[in-house]
Amino acid sequence: MVLPTNLKHFATAQELTEVIKEKENVMVIAGRMGPMCIPVYEVMKTLEESGKYNHVEFRDMLFDSPETNIIRNLPECRSFMGLPFVVYFKNGKVAKATTSIQNMDMVKAILDTEFAA
Amino acid sequence: MENTNYDVIILGGGPAGLTAGMYLARAKSKVLIIDNGMIGGQTILTHEIANYPGIESTSGFMLANTMKKQAESFGCEIKSNVKVETLNLDSKQKTVRLNNNQIYTSKAIILATGGRSRMLGVKGEKQFKGMGISYCATCDGDFFTGKEIIVVGGGNSALEEAVSLTKYASKVTIIHQFDHFQGFQHAIDEANANQKIDFIMNAKITEFKGESGLQEVEIEHILTGKKEIRKIDGAFIFIGYEAQTEILHDTKIKLNDWKEILVDLNMQTNIEGVYAAGDSLAKRYRQITTAVADGTIAALSSLEYIHRN
Repeated sequence: MVLPTNLKHFATAQELTEVIKEKENVMVIAGRMGPMCIPVYEVMKTLEESGKYNHVEFRDMLFDSPETNIIRNLPECRSFMGLPFVVYFKNGKVAKATTSIQNMDMVKAILDTEFAA
Repeated sequence: MENTNYDVIILGGGPAGLTAGMYLARAKSKVLIIDNGMIGGQTILTHEIANYPGIESTSGFMLANTMKKQAESFGCEIKSNVKVETLNLDSKQKTVRLNNNQIYTSKAIILATGGRSRMLGVKGEKQFKGMGISYCATCDGDFFTGKEIIVVGGGNSALEEAVSLTKYASKVTIIHQFDHFQGFQHAIDEANANQKIDFIMNAKITEFKGESGLQEVEIEHILTGKKEIRKIDGAFIFIGYEAQTEILHDTKIKLNDWKEILVDLNMQTNIEGVYAAGDSLAKRYRQITTAVADGTIAALSSLEYIHRN
């Protein structure tokens, strides 16, 4: 089960585990096709296509899939009560996690700080 | 540095801007829509739209996407997620400079910057956004299953969302600053009839408190000035919308006390060649249908202006 977005998806927890092991910088969004999530997918797609963040892997994951427990159960996400959950992995570890809608400036600020090229 | 000239530049890609773009591009004008976020404006924040004429029921995302495709099919250029740095509206040739230093010029401009949900602006609100405080019942309601929550506001959104949140929450308290609601009577009646909903009137939130998540809210009773602390698990805020007109504050565009744009019946602002449409206008009703109508008028008026000059 994957989201119908233009982003690349993680369908399973295993895929996520493998990619964060292989790639240095991974941004994962766990959401639904709802009003708080869709604008963040768009921001990620815009950044991916800009070519300025080729060092970052942008992926999404369906929030309601049991496979997404890997995100929901992260200690960094334990107090989150707003979609989407966005997690930034640096060398396989959580560098930052956010909850609820974020705009382009907010996402760029995190990418530029946590994943500085 | 790019310098591109257009007939009309439209600031804002919600229903008003997209409609104006459609009309202008179809009339063979060279048009650019610029939006600082995702195309669709507040429409994309609406789960279900059931009162848009000609469409039985759709999501805001789908409706906005269709409008975008229509505008593009007529030749309208669209740039999303870009920020306008400066605006020069005074001279005959209007100039828009983006934060990446790209400069665009045009003969006319349509301001369709739209609105956004108003925040309470009290201590703790930003800190607990997504950690107990939400602005979308359909998105986050299920996080509050079996919990006690508050809803802040007294309009249709607050009343309807409070009722919808009773599907999840064990108790919903509506907090409103006046002694009466602004919503339609059917929405008030539905909230009144719901056993899970109670009300605190003439009261306002002064602070949200908690550690890793929202735990308490400080409520001030306006008539007595007394404050109380109430334990809560969540808060949903629906206190209306405000115009997004910050970009105009350094221009000569006339705004009212609420920073909304003043226009005449042709959607003409006080500056020649500058028109406005949609939720950023000073007007009473803000619906997708009214935004679409404004966009149409602004497009036709700007076309007439271009032909005249």
